[in-house]
Amino acid sequence: MAELSENLIEIHDLKYSRGPRVIFEGLNLVIKRGEITALMGPSGTGKTTLLRLITRQLIPQHGTILVDGVDISTLNLSELYQMRQRFGMLFQNGALLTDLSVFENVAFPLREHTKLSNRLIRHVVLTKLHAVGLRGAADMMPAQLSGGMARRVALARAMVMDPEILIYDEPFVGLDPISMGVIVRLVRRMNDALGITSIIVSHDVAEVSTVADRSFLISDGKVAASGSPEELRVAQSDLVRQFMHGMADGPVAFHFDAPGYEEQLLGRDAE
Amino acid sequence: MTGILRDIYYNSVEFVRTFGAFQLFFLRILRHSPAILLGRFGLVVKQVFESGALSLVIIMISGLFVGGVLGLQGYSNLARFNAEDAVGVFAAFGLVKELGPVITALLFAGRAGTALASEIGLMKATDQLSAMEMMAVNPVPRVLVPRFLGGVIAMPLLAAIFSMVGLLGTHLVAVELLGVDVGAFWQQMQITVDIKDINEGIFKSLVFGVAASLIAVWEGYNSIPTAEGVGRATTRTVVITAIAVLVFDFMITAVML
Repeated sequence: MAELSENLIEIHDLKYSRGPRVIFEGLNLVIKRGEITALMGPSGTGKTTLLRLITRQLIPQHGTILVDGVDISTLNLSELYQMRQRFGMLFQNGALLTDLSVFENVAFPLREHTKLSNRLIRHVVLTKLHAVGLRGAADMMPAQLSGGMARRVALARAMVMDPEILIYDEPFVGLDPISMGVIVRLVRRMNDALGITSIIVSHDVAEVSTVADRSFLISDGKVAASGSPEELRVAQSDLVRQFMHGMADGPVAFHFDAPGYEEQLLGRDAE
Repeated sequence: MTGILRDIYYNSVEFVRTFGAFQLFFLRILRHSPAILLGRFGLVVKQVFESGALSLVIIMISGLFVGGVLGLQGYSNLARFNAEDAVGVFAAFGLVKELGPVITALLFAGRAGTALASEIGLMKATDQLSAMEMMAVNPVPRVLVPRFLGGVIAMPLLAAIFSMVGLLGTHLVAVELLGVDVGAFWQQMQITVDIKDINEGIFKSLVFGVAASLIAVWEGYNSIPTAEGVGRATTRTVVITAIAVLVFDFMITAVML
């Protein structure tokens, strides 16, 4: 049996632009098998876009994205769907199917892809809901859930097929401290126990640092820095220090491009 | 002048491109339809209920009043020729061949079409369709095809109910209120209205069902994923369906006369 490569996802020389706006140019990145990798960066740097490129919800204009050695841009639709069965993804807003109950949302991938009996599906779904603390909400509809609860249900759904790669888009937003602690431990435990590879996009430097094995800081369409959370915390680069320590001053401007404040207030910019 | 010509050129190219994409979309829907009809009929039944059963009240109320108006108009105009007994035939032809399919399709666009477009648009805006894609579930057969088929099946049934309730409305006005002979009312209708006329009505309502459902799922699926985008898609669904139904009605009538 061929030995599995250490690199599960490799991105080479990626270029992606939306209209005239270049999101990535010359981005290179490697995600190692079995690790928890964090993608961090200031708002608007394209972290979610990168996740969508990795899962081929978007197609890059240039460069290759290899998942387990396979260039995902070359896959046809059925091959792509086969590949996607190896992924689980937690969307930023949960993306629960609003016409299905919590139970049916979590059962959805099982009903679509397996021929398991209802009894077995019930067992698996309740186990996953129990893991995120929402077994008691199985009969509720998504509209009855808070934002944090919806994301926990979405997490249960993302892991119900026991995927090889779990992708979390801002998993800690909207969670109370107790839920956040449980979810962070759950992410770590699943990774270690099941050998899952996890990719987390988050702004939450503190929480990500407790769980990630490796972090990539993305800025200006490239990887600006990478390493363990500890390595990034002590890095000397101005950009890394500004981001990791949440400083207002630094290479990343807090303000979006605009004319001078005083000039605009006094209406001189229109003259 | 060159600006106007350039605008005409770009708009024409855009129209052809959109029309081509719409046709490809229709083929994609058709390609998946047999598998959904045979393998996942439960999904279609649910949509027949959503699009059809939930539109019943508006269809029946409208049918009753349209039939009533036909009774009043038919009676007052036919009475000039001492032919008021033919009001049943007049209403039956009007309802079965024209008003039943056309008004049902317009009401369907307003009730079920808008619901379909906004539901699919919101599913897109809230990443539900992307989530399905990520779960390796193709949203075209899972979401769009059952909704399309549900509408196609519901439309002829609704049109038939509209016509039946409409005839009841005509009966109430012409026979019960205005005193037309009940035997003449129904017998003349039975003798004059042919199966060919009923088939024409069924064919029209089927075509309108395909058009209304297809436009609704297309607009929802291609909506801009924002509140404004979904709102626009909903409006466009009603406007485009109304125009399409009236154009198809003219074409089918011209061919079948």
